[in-house]
Amino acid sequence: MDDFARRLILATQQGLPLTPEPYAELARTLGCDEATVLAGIEDLLARGVIRRIGVVPNHYAIGYSANGMSVWDVDDAVVDALGERIGQLPFVTHCYRRPRHLPDWPYNLFAMLHGGNRDEVMVHVEEVRALLGEACRSSDVLFSTQILKKTGLRLTA
Amino acid sequence: MSDAMALDPLERSIIDHLQGGFPVCSHPYAVAAARLGMQESELIARIKNLLQRGVLTRFGPLFQVERVGGAFVLAALEVPEADWERVLAVVNALPQVAHNYRREHRFNMWFVLATETPAGIAEAIACIEAGTGLRVHAFPKEKEYFVEMKLASRGGRYG
Repeated sequence: MDDFARRLILATQQGLPLTPEPYAELARTLGCDEATVLAGIEDLLARGVIRRIGVVPNHYAIGYSANGMSVWDVDDAVVDALGERIGQLPFVTHCYRRPRHLPDWPYNLFAMLHGGNRDEVMVHVEEVRALLGEACRSSDVLFSTQILKKTGLRLTA
Repeated sequence: MSDAMALDPLERSIIDHLQGGFPVCSHPYAVAAARLGMQESELIARIKNLLQRGVLTRFGPLFQVERVGGAFVLAALEVPEADWERVLAVVNALPQVAHNYRREHRFNMWFVLATETPAGIAEAIACIEAGTGLRVHAFPKEKEYFVEMKLASRGGRYG
């Protein structure tokens, strides 16, 4: 990991300073000038090391009480094409292909679905099922019942 | 689990329009506040308040550590109910555990490991297996499909 990225992650993993000049404050923490911090962050954004800068809402607090991790056993020949389409659905926040763990876990496509309640999520499940059609052999939905930890990435200095 | 909270129009606007694109410049709050039609000091105060109330879990850059050699891996445990609290304490004590959710399934504990190197993932898994006596099922992502941030606030409307 390059040094600037590492030091920036360490300095901001708790969050961006809530002061009028947060990047100048970061520069003081990092022992450089503000222009270096601004250029460094622009570079990390351009390289995709920083995905985005903004607020991370608690889904429950903003009205999405139900979140279901839908998992699907999809034909390997078409899973990538279908995964891209499922990622575009408005209620899907994450969509990945992951390894199966046979025989316990036959599913290779994971899509996180959000709704105001479980019934709404189940409607979304049917929308995904319709899109997958015959390429899907089996599926399940794992509802979360409790957030046990949500700290995000934590590097140690 | 927290329920939807009452959000006023300014708060909803912050949540709906500031999930990305926070400016990179000397006075970013002033620029962002102008876009949202509020004062710099008010935006800062509102973000602080939303963090304190737990409406926001975080405010700042979100890193994709894979791009700089780090690793994120989803993993699951099948935890016997009688042993739940002990296992939870072992898992949550690891700083490498970034998120952890209880889910209704035989695999009932799902967590994300985030480490600086791919080797760190194997170390964390070994540590959890040694500490809990349970087998960790790792689900590293093989492909990420396109998604964008798009959940608009919808709960707890005033009035």
